[in-house]
This record gives sequence, structure tokens and C-alpha cells, in this order.
Amino acid sequence: MATLNLVQAINLALQQEMAKDERVIVLGEDVGPNGGVFRVTEGLHAQFGDERVIDTPLAESGIIGTAIGMAMNGLRPVPEIQFDGFLGPAYDQIVNHAARSRSRSRGAVTVPLTIRVPVGGGIHAPELHSDSPEAIYAHSPGIKVVMPTTPYDAKGLLTSAIRDPDPVIFFEPKRVYRSFREEVPEDEYTIPIGEAKVVSEGDDLTVVTWGASLFQCIEALDNAPDDVSIELIDLRTTYPIDMDTIAASVEKTGRCVIVHEAAMTCGLGAEISSRVQERCFLHLEAPVQRVTGFDTLMPYYKLENEYLVDAKRVGMAIRETLAY
Amino acid sequence: MPKKTVYQASIEYVSILDENAEFDESLGKGLIADEVVVDSYERMAVCRHLDEVAFKLQRSGRMGTYPQNKGQEAAAVGTALSLRPGRDWVVPCYRENAALFMMGLPMHYILLYWMGDERGSQIPENVKMTPLSVPIGTHMLHAAGIGYAEKIRKTDNVVATYFGDGATSEGDFHEAMNFASVLQTPTIFVNQNNSWAISVPRSKQMHSETVAQKALAYGMPTIRCDGNDIFAVKYCMDEAVKRARSGGGPSFIECVTYRLGDHTTADDARRYRDPKEVEAWLARDPLIRTRKYLEARKLWDDDKETTLKERAKKIVKEVVATAEGIDKPDVASIFDAMYANIPEEVRLQRDTMRTSSLGKYPEQVGLKGTTQRV
Repeated sequence: MATLNLVQAINLALQQEMAKDERVIVLGEDVGPNGGVFRVTEGLHAQFGDERVIDTPLAESGIIGTAIGMAMNGLRPVPEIQFDGFLGPAYDQIVNHAARSRSRSRGAVTVPLTIRVPVGGGIHAPELHSDSPEAIYAHSPGIKVVMPTTPYDAKGLLTSAIRDPDPVIFFEPKRVYRSFREEVPEDEYTIPIGEAKVVSEGDDLTVVTWGASLFQCIEALDNAPDDVSIELIDLRTTYPIDMDTIAASVEKTGRCVIVHEAAMTCGLGAEISSRVQERCFLHLEAPVQRVTGFDTLMPYYKLENEYLVDAKRVGMAIRETLAY
Repeated sequence: MPKKTVYQASIEYVSILDENAEFDESLGKGLIADEVVVDSYERMAVCRHLDEVAFKLQRSGRMGTYPQNKGQEAAAVGTALSLRPGRDWVVPCYRENAALFMMGLPMHYILLYWMGDERGSQIPENVKMTPLSVPIGTHMLHAAGIGYAEKIRKTDNVVATYFGDGATSEGDFHEAMNFASVLQTPTIFVNQNNSWAISVPRSKQMHSETVAQKALAYGMPTIRCDGNDIFAVKYCMDEAVKRARSGGGPSFIECVTYRLGDHTTADDARRYRDPKEVEAWLARDPLIRTRKYLEARKLWDDDKETTLKERAKKIVKEVVATAEGIDKPDVASIFDAMYANIPEEVRLQRDTMRTSSLGKYPEQVGLKGTTQRV
């Protein structure tokens, strides 16, 4: 097995699905000979050519709208939107067309499309290159939203996303694109969309997170007292939410902390917290606590580390929730 | 009925000072006074040096991602020459620094901005510009709106908005052109056609022969010029500004230029661009031909060039020192800048930002302060 980083694992999944299924088309800004601004599509243009790897004009609405048409007519497009903050112009196409098509046509016109988007902060990037908009799309019925954090999960989930009959937004936490490597099988495999992963088992408290914050949670767990046993869950898919895994854990531990990089208000932490109290009320020993970004813009990079959730804040939440 | 032609159009191209420094007296005579040409040359040279220094700052870890302006200085300077600082507006993208400085933006703002500090966008009150716009091709609509506001106030102020060839692919570009035309706003669309949108060449960006012809669809006067020629740019801009000031509505100017550098410091154009193409454009550098023009008229010599180089170094050194000398912004500014009057819950988040759960333990940590102007 090869040891790959997130970029390489996603690249491998794309390459394998394109080789296996000629309906798979990659399109976006600079995805061709340049291999994408993060090099995620590197080598695909050389292998599959102009027809299947399209350097598009600079137009996000155009990229997604055209991909929707391709998907409606039997192709499996995998468009890339270069940065989270550039999803704006494509919002109408994603929410008002891709998400609605199956239901409004009662299944006659469907959109099997996978939109890849680098997401989140922490790379010292310009404005609008560091946002975390996953809750916006989780709140838009008709779309699945996936956010894997590790190379193994990314390869399996991207393969599932491309084969999924419905639109999927596939968020890639760019902060950990190259910072973490693990063994990734070269053989194809899938990880089901909507299935969370128990990263480490524990009995005293459950931490639920997704995206790059996973690594700050691991750090917080490492710093926790030895006699405390914490269960860490990587949600991996932010819609649909795997409540069975979360509820089973919270019923065991009685305590829950939810961690995400996005702003607090109407973030996915609110949804998960609500569902935990609905399903686990009589098991809860403490209020469900959220550790999140602020209800502010993601600051430009001089202050971005002040914004990002750190292990210290997660550790405080763990201690407070245990002591409640 | 036989078919008949219902619409016909053509696009004019203007070149006055060509790449060999040949000067067309018929169009260029008296267009820019000698001392203004000298000043323009000096401005372009200072901006070029700022660009080189900014590149080095990024490479040495003192600045984040920076988009070089190298090669496009004439389009910026040539257009700004027709504008009135403090009255006319600019709605920029990020490759026209020289124009912003001519409109009154202190140079260190640009560095401060790319150093990751929002105060680089805290435009001084006497400077009529919007902050640099990062999402490509979306800001030109603002130039239509700003122009409309000037129109109904019955001023003769105009608005120039800058954007690249790639930006003309965005839907918002077409909406801006349509709104400006329909509302007949005093907006000048300055297209810097620099041939590349990151790695995508213009031939893949559009199927049209020129960028200028896109304006025809909106019934907007349009022209193409040599964008590395301050005279040609000024010539076109003068016409457009005159039209806008006198209530004649918007205009479109395609400045054919070239991005001599990478897209930004995060890019490596060698991956996708033929070095021969770059070499050919190096010879068309706006600085080279402007210097030749001045030398041919005894307005410039080697001594002046040496003095200018030293002066540029001094200016840029001071600008860097000013930008780097500004303290890290107050963390509270993340919150305080959100609304004119921040909601109580945002204030609570500010005061408890170091706690686990925002606003839950307001007694734990207090952070005070407000956003300070630089």
C-alpha cells in the first residue's frame, strides 16, 4: 500500500474512476495542464485529454450549470470550484437547479454530480479563500455534503460520491491537504456517504467533529488526563448526518462536545446538538457544548489563527463538560 | 422578403507609441504633456520596483500571496491620467496598483492588504475607490451602481472599473455591462486583456476575436488599444471620460497587455506557458518604450534613470517599513467591525473568545478594544 496525503488520495480516486467509467468528466478553472491550483487534478489531462478534463472559462455558475446539463444527459461530471469563497456565483445553480431537479421532476431528470471544493482556513490565503460553508449546503435539501479529513476516507468517499445518483458537494479541508499521510489501498474501495467514523473509543465523553478541526481534537485528547476516556467521532459526511453513531456514543458516555471551524449560529453543531437532546435526553449528564468559529467573517490571515478553533478551547470544553 | 443585414459593427484599434517606440503624431501630438509623460514613466518604474520587492517579501515569508502587476503599468497609469483624484471613482480588481496610487491611495495600503490585514482596505475618506476585489468579475456591477448614484446627483464624476480577460466570462460582467447601458451610467469598463487567467489562455477563455466586441451586444461604445502604450490608453480613456461626463453613458476599453509575472506568488507559470511567448512580450514592456520616447525628446538620460532607480528604492523601502511597522491588528476588531452596532451576542463572543463555549462564561476572559485606523 502506498502512503499518500489528501491531495494524492483524491487524485488517485479521480484517476481510477475516470479510467473505469468514461462518463466521468473533470472540469473547472485550471484543472487541465496546470493540474488545479492545489494540483489535485495533476496528470489527469495528460492521461485523459481535452475532452474529459476541461479547462473552463472563469465562471463558477457556468461550470456548475454546464456540469448539471452533462449530468442530466448521462455523464458523471466532477467539477472543481477553486476555493470555498467562490461558490457564491454557483449557489443558484447548486441550490435552485442541482438540488431540486430530482424532486421537481419526480425522478425524471436527475443530477449525478460531484462538486469538489477546497475548504476552510489556516493556509495564509487571500480573502475568500478560507471559508467553511458546509452548513449552508447541508441546509439545502437535495444535496449530500461530504467532508473527509484523512486520505483513506477521502479516496473511499470520493469514489462513492462520483457513483452516487444525486448531487454531492465534496469539501476538501485544504489546511491538511499535505500535512498528514497514511496508507491508502491502490485497489478501489468505497466508504458509504452518511457514515461517521469512530476515530478512538471512550466511555466518559463524546467529541464530534469534521474537517481539519479533527487534528485539533486529537491534540486535545492527547492533552486530556490519562484517567479520562474520550470517544472521538469524525462525522465525514455533514449531510446526511449519521445520528446512529453519534447517539450510540452519547448514550454510552452521557456527555457530548461538538467542534467545528464554521461560525456558531446555525452551524451544524446546532443541528447535531438538537438531535442529541432529542434522542439521548435521558442519557445526558451535561449540556451538549459547542466549540466553533465566531459569528464573524473569517479574518484575513494576520488574525486567522485567532479565529480557528484550537486544542486549548476544545480541552476547556472537555474539562467543563466532564465536571458539570 | 430576402434576408437583410440589420446590424453591423467593427472594432477600432488604437496604437500611438508602439513597441519600437515609433510615435504616431496624428493621434498622439499634444495628448500628454512632456512633464506628465516623465511623471508617468516614473510612476510606472516605482510600481515595477514595488512589485519586485513585494515578490521578494512573499518569498522570504514577510508577506502572503501577492499578485504581481508587472507589465500592466501602462493600462493603469494611462487610464488614471484622465481621472480626477478625489472626485472620480475607481472600482479595481488587483492588477492596477499604479492607478490606485494616482487616485490617492497611500502605497503602503497595498502591501498592508496583501500582508493579511483588513486595514489595507480601510480606504481613506478622500480616496474614491472600493477595496481590491478578490472574487473575479463580480465588482463591475458596483461601478454601475456607483455611477448611477453620481448620475442622479447630477455630478460630472465618472467611475472606472478594472478587470481582466477572464473576468469577462463571469455572468456578473454581462449584467454589469447591461445595467450600465440600460441605466446610462457614467461607467468606464477598463478591460486589462493580459492573455492569461491563471493557466487558461484567452483562446480557451472565449471564442470571440476581441474582448472589445462584447460591448457591442450592450450597445456600448467600445474600442481596443495597445494596453502597453500610455498614449493609446489615454486617448481611449479621454474619449470615454468625455462621453461619461457629458451624460453619454458607459464605454468599454480593451487594453491589450500581458501578465509578465505569474498569476500570483502561489502560481508557477512555467508549468503552462511557453517562455518564448513571455520573451516576445518582454520586448513590448511599457517601460522600455516610454523611456525611449523620452530619450528621443531629450527628456531623459542615463543620469535621470540612475536617480529614478535610487528614488524608487527609497520610496519602496519607506513603504515597506511603514507597512511592516504597523502593529498586528487588535483581535477585538474581528468582532467590532461586523456591524455599526454589534449585537449583544457578538459582543459576548468577543469577550469570551478564549473560552470553550462562546458567550457561556462571560466572566472568564475579557477582551476590550475597538478597530483602530492606521
